[in-house]
Amino acid sequence: MTPITQVENIPLLEGRSVRVGELDLAIFNLGDRFAAIENKCPHRGGPLCDGIVSGTVVVCPLHGWRFDLNTGMPVRASAPDCVATFPARVQDGIVFVDLTARTVEQASASNGDFSPRV
Amino acid sequence: MKRLVVVGNGMAGVACVEQILKRGHDFEISIFGDETHANYNRILLSSVLAGEKTADDIVLNDVNWYRQNGIRARLGVRVEWVDRERRIALTGDGAEEPFDKLILATGSSAFIPRIQGVDKDNVHVFRTLDDARALIAKGCKGVRAVVIGGGLLGLEAARGLQLRGCEVTVVHLMETLMERQLDPMGGAYLRRKIENLGIRVMLPAETRAVIGNGHVDGLRFASGEEIEADLVVIAAGIKPNADLARAAGLEVRRGIVVDDYLQTSDPDIFAVGECTEHRGQTFGLVAPLMEQGKVLAAAITGNRDLAFTGAAPAAKLKIMGVEIFSAGAIDEPAGVETVSYQDASLGIYKKVFLQDNRLRGVILVGDASDERRYTNWLRDETDLTPHRKHLLFPPAPADDGLEVAQMPDSEVICGCNGVNKGAIIHAIHEHGIQTLADLKEHTRAASSCGSCKRLCQQLLRAVAPEFQEETRTTLCSCVPFSYEQLRQIVRGQQLKSVQEVLNVYGNRKGCEVCKPALSYMLDMIWCGEHEEDRSARFINDRVHANIQKDGTFSVVPRMRGGVTSPEELRRIADVAEKYRVRMVKVTGSQRIDLLGVKKADLPKVWADLGMPSGQAYTKGVRMVKTCVGTDFCRFGVQDSTHAGIELERRLENLYTPHKVKMGAVGCPRNCAEATVKDIGMVGQEGSWQVVVGGAAGKSVRKADLLITVETTEQALEACELFFQYYRESANYLERTYDFAERVGIETIRKETVYAPDAVKAGLLERLQRSKAMSKDAWLERDAPIHPTQFVPLEAIGTAALSETQTV
Repeated sequence: MTPITQVENIPLLEGRSVRVGELDLAIFNLGDRFAAIENKCPHRGGPLCDGIVSGTVVVCPLHGWRFDLNTGMPVRASAPDCVATFPARVQDGIVFVDLTARTVEQASASNGDFSPRV
Repeated sequence: MKRLVVVGNGMAGVACVEQILKRGHDFEISIFGDETHANYNRILLSSVLAGEKTADDIVLNDVNWYRQNGIRARLGVRVEWVDRERRIALTGDGAEEPFDKLILATGSSAFIPRIQGVDKDNVHVFRTLDDARALIAKGCKGVRAVVIGGGLLGLEAARGLQLRGCEVTVVHLMETLMERQLDPMGGAYLRRKIENLGIRVMLPAETRAVIGNGHVDGLRFASGEEIEADLVVIAAGIKPNADLARAAGLEVRRGIVVDDYLQTSDPDIFAVGECTEHRGQTFGLVAPLMEQGKVLAAAITGNRDLAFTGAAPAAKLKIMGVEIFSAGAIDEPAGVETVSYQDASLGIYKKVFLQDNRLRGVILVGDASDERRYTNWLRDETDLTPHRKHLLFPPAPADDGLEVAQMPDSEVICGCNGVNKGAIIHAIHEHGIQTLADLKEHTRAASSCGSCKRLCQQLLRAVAPEFQEETRTTLCSCVPFSYEQLRQIVRGQQLKSVQEVLNVYGNRKGCEVCKPALSYMLDMIWCGEHEEDRSARFINDRVHANIQKDGTFSVVPRMRGGVTSPEELRRIADVAEKYRVRMVKVTGSQRIDLLGVKKADLPKVWADLGMPSGQAYTKGVRMVKTCVGTDFCRFGVQDSTHAGIELERRLENLYTPHKVKMGAVGCPRNCAEATVKDIGMVGQEGSWQVVVGGAAGKSVRKADLLITVETTEQALEACELFFQYYRESANYLERTYDFAERVGIETIRKETVYAPDAVKAGLLERLQRSKAMSKDAWLERDAPIHPTQFVPLEAIGTAALSETQTV
């Protein structure tokens, strides 16, 4: 786990970007925990750190694609791909991210039609 | 053909006739109603009083319906006598109406308690459309109104009168408001909500006399205390209208006694609705009456497949922002177990009453979103053992649409009209229904109290192949209320943060649609008295610049009236070079746009520019485009340049439902295109025309004339009046041209430039208050609202990382 930043640097329900080596991360403060994802929307590369947070979903500020911060998966089968996620935890007021555990789910796994079957 | 006569043209009677038509019949049907109106939705009378609906809005069956169905309607005619021997109904105008079958649907009237002086002028009851109209006529601004009765109807009447501008007091005989539906704790929560709305509550208070000479001056209570009043409304309960039945010799106790088939003691005479008494119970709420109608329709057409076995009482208060639901029995005899939850600061109180692991009753205050679950548990007598952990809060549905998808076909969606999911789906397929309006028309679902609208829409969305959403009826599925409702909720419940609104009235999460809209609403209503939540805003409003496709930002400084100076231009040029601005663009708004600025550079760019924010990134005041007016132009007849600069100065830094672009031109040649702006000032010889609602974007619309005035100051004031009215009344993301189309220029004129002086003063005063609170957003360069507002984070572990990488 790599120490990234003090928790108070990220306001509640907002994201901030941080560059670690080649990697551009977006870290979000979800109130009860922090989430870390790659700061790049798979659609057109939008800065996800600047998106509005809705529960555990972030909405890309450029075109409104939505991604689950837990899994990186697009919500409602919208986007073409998943965004990479990294495990994050807080210790002694510092947000740590495990940069070695980059995870990208397969979008097709969730790409089912979400419209309710009645 | 047999003759069927229906006495009573109210909801229960007509709904019953609808069911008879549905079943198929061989009757010649006549309906007599002593009100002169076609059948209307009595439940919504309080909405008419409150001004939320008009009399036309609540009509359920218009005159055509009677004609199309071959029903003879006699309105304004009272049936005075039923001669059972001769099988004849005698009407007030002396006519004799023979019948083979008779349905009594005579309803109920207001119960008037024994109070001296109730015959005085300005003492009213509240049962009919005419009552509502009388109250509307008398309930003017400043009138002191007292409502006797703190039950469902009394509270709704009180709120209606208050929305009309009355100072309202509710006087209640008992210790608890709505004591038939609420326990003392629920009553206390309700009382606080009602008082929060600005309505005074007096209880327990026994009214002894209405005092005054001919008309009302006040009330005297048993305690000897007196209060002043100009208007008194008695809403102390109802009593079944059973006199006609009694005189005809039918069995009557409190109401007309009916059996499980709605038959009276005479097998050819049936009764339905509030006039009935079934197994000792009388009725005052709509759902059981609709059920009765179905059973009666079956019985009278010779079917005994349905029976009415009574109904658990259920009541819902229809006051926006005050959610109250109560159903079943709420007493606590031995063997009854209760589970409750309360949160005084959110005003939420829930209590369920259990017996033998089954729901016996429920009280919901402040959050009735879960009402349906309890209704079903009550009706089905569900064994709650598996639900014990979720008695007070439902487990979260995995997906919005799933809630309706998971329901069985037999589940009732519209409790008022008893329409289940299966029936709705069937109707959608059979009639090719595509809109909620059509669904209402065909099934009656969602046509009474409207609380199942959301579910109906979900069903339509899921089932109807070409479902057309109604235009923005609710803000968002996260918080399913209309803008107007939300404004009332925010004001009435004193909600001061986006999260609070979402917690109490929404799904707690919110999204990119509702969060910015709620932010705007709170800002407009509380104007600085609340805590701004930046996380609820779009990135543009977090950093006061317009995000571009590559994640950089554009910067447009304010250049009032499109007038600049050599110094400003020099600074702009210097900034463009210093920060390697990728493009410098003259905009269509007579300003200069610097494109490709990094977020971290924004504060420095603003400081170096030394100019205020042009608000080009937000839903706010953009600019006033001007022509050179009288200063230089050969044709200018008004000083549009300086008028435009002044208008921009007065309104700048304010936020609006959508962007506001303005223009001021010095003559009708219209060089700055003021007639296609949101607000335009068009100069002509000796006067200004103020025009609003123009557009030259995705649609092109010529602005409507608001008013023509002589002086520049008058023109500026007209602009301000419209501007503030738009801020307060438009839906979020509704441009002035959509607003003008929706509301109509006549209404806009009446509410702004032609409004009473007090109304105009109020608009200007609220505008001034907002203006005084507003500031140039770019000043956050020196006082960021958060230390990392503009700065990207620097990872503390980078060094550690490179070490681990080298290892």
